[in-house]
Amino acid sequence: MSATRVTAPPRRRAARVTSRESHGAYVVLRCSDPDGPQPQAGQFYMLTAGTRWGGGAGERPFLPRAFSVLRARMHSGGQLELQFLIEDVGPGTNRLCELEPGEDLLLVGPLGVGFVAPREDRRALLVGGGVGIAPLAIWQDSVESAGADSIGAIARGAIPPGLTAPPRVTVLLGFRDAAHAAGALLLDGARIATDDGSVGHHGLVTELLEDQLDRDPNSEVYACGPPAMLEATARLCAERAIPAQLALEAGMACGFGACYGCVIPTRQGYVRLCLEGPVLDAALLADPAGGASAHPEVQP
Amino acid sequence: MAELCGIELAHPIINASGTFDAIAARRAFGDELLEQFPFAAFVTKTVTLVPRQGNPPPRLWELPAGLINSIGLPNKGLDGYLAEDLPLHASLPVPLIVNVMGFSREQVAELVFAVAQRDEVAALELNVSCPNVETGLVMGADPREVDLLLRQVRPLTDKPLIVKLTPNVGDVAAVALAAQDAGASALSLINTIRGMALDPRSGTPCLGGVTGGVSGPAVRAAALAQVHAVCAAVRIPVIGMGGVQSGRDALDLLRAGATLVAVGTESFRDPAAGLRVAAELEDLLTNRDNPSLGSRSRA
Repeated sequence: MSATRVTAPPRRRAARVTSRESHGAYVVLRCSDPDGPQPQAGQFYMLTAGTRWGGGAGERPFLPRAFSVLRARMHSGGQLELQFLIEDVGPGTNRLCELEPGEDLLLVGPLGVGFVAPREDRRALLVGGGVGIAPLAIWQDSVESAGADSIGAIARGAIPPGLTAPPRVTVLLGFRDAAHAAGALLLDGARIATDDGSVGHHGLVTELLEDQLDRDPNSEVYACGPPAMLEATARLCAERAIPAQLALEAGMACGFGACYGCVIPTRQGYVRLCLEGPVLDAALLADPAGGASAHPEVQP
Repeated sequence: MAELCGIELAHPIINASGTFDAIAARRAFGDELLEQFPFAAFVTKTVTLVPRQGNPPPRLWELPAGLINSIGLPNKGLDGYLAEDLPLHASLPVPLIVNVMGFSREQVAELVFAVAQRDEVAALELNVSCPNVETGLVMGADPREVDLLLRQVRPLTDKPLIVKLTPNVGDVAAVALAAQDAGASALSLINTIRGMALDPRSGTPCLGGVTGGVSGPAVRAAALAQVHAVCAAVRIPVIGMGGVQSGRDALDLLRAGATLVAVGTESFRDPAAGLRVAAELEDLLTNRDNPSLGSRSRA
């Protein structure tokens, strides 16, 4: 895999929050980032609320929090809008979920390396769990628009029909319950699994994945979600020699390689997830569950 | 302008060792990083004689006003550093200070001798916050250990040798004096303060390395007191650091007697924190209308 990297401005900058929408258990924050570059799918940002970051009950948060970008849209006039998917699970996400339009979000990014296109003749199969669906949304947009380009090329006669498959992105998403499954509407055409059976398949998304892999071994898997889901995804893909790109998470203080806190074990030793990831080829991982780093949001 | 042991600097703000990886940052931020490099000198992460993987994760623990780290000094070792990283560090637009650590006086000597020979290196910083495996004593916690170390390595180079003092001692000024008397060119402090966190459910340590070093605004007051104590005891320049987030924090350390100030953990939150602190400090130092500001120089 040779992923390219969009580099970030070397400073924290303010992005004005333009909207906050609830999607079941999740909040989608939109902000205006006029000075920032267009990120790649799978890249992430370090986010801090512009005011009242720390100092409240419990005194945390202190560090910024890492979020994969959910979507990035260039509006007319060249204004870049960034969207982030946030679930209130700790002091940092709690504060971010409170942000009102007009308030500032401080961000550093885009950081890290994102997804790369499927290997030739393979079809993108997206597998997400919980808030991990975020990088899959922008990746679905990216894969389908690239596919639309090739359809256009067929229509223009630039590519003979039959040589290029039409875009077909399969999306499988798993959630705890119906409130979380509301997030599935952020992607197109997803098949859903829930732990409690309230929506879609009653069970694990990796059960849907196993079926799909057996139906279409010509897949390339893109996955983001909780460690157990990624571990199962990596195992199912390895058993079938199907390539998988995993967007991983680890507790990190900086996001740009300074703190050495977010290392995960790989076949090449520890690597800093913020710098070499967050998307890594599953074959590289020594432990498919990824890092054991405690995430600052979920301190016991 | 600022100056340390004859090294001219554009301003008095540098980075604390191990809190900014200029090579990684250049990958993340591109060449724009070099156009506005956040520090007036660059201090490397600690280089040891042999490569180190570092500690098992978890390596970080967030605190109300800072964090505990247990990183374990991952680095490529001396040969890897000289071959791969030094040429990239030498291309930075600021003077280079290489931080080294050995587990015996002989190891430190080998590191100092090899690094100091390189023209690209302006100064060396000795991390003495580790045990001497031959005596079992933390080198920087014992004035006699520091004295013996400096007497062994001082003759190896004419370049400035900065001793990075550990705060985990009873009398930091006594260690500082021993370093000065044995030939240290400058001192830097504080390193992190030892700390730990326990999982409230299991009662087991949260960090893979069990204990770690506390940094960030949580240590600022302790750092100021230690810098003050050391500056009162020695004549050589002191680089003050510990929880600096603003020009006001930097000014406090200068008023306590420091010559330069290093920014560490705050760079994790904002990669341009060094530039911001330098600008805020410049404003404070030039604001003659503010009668509350005295002289920055120590009497």
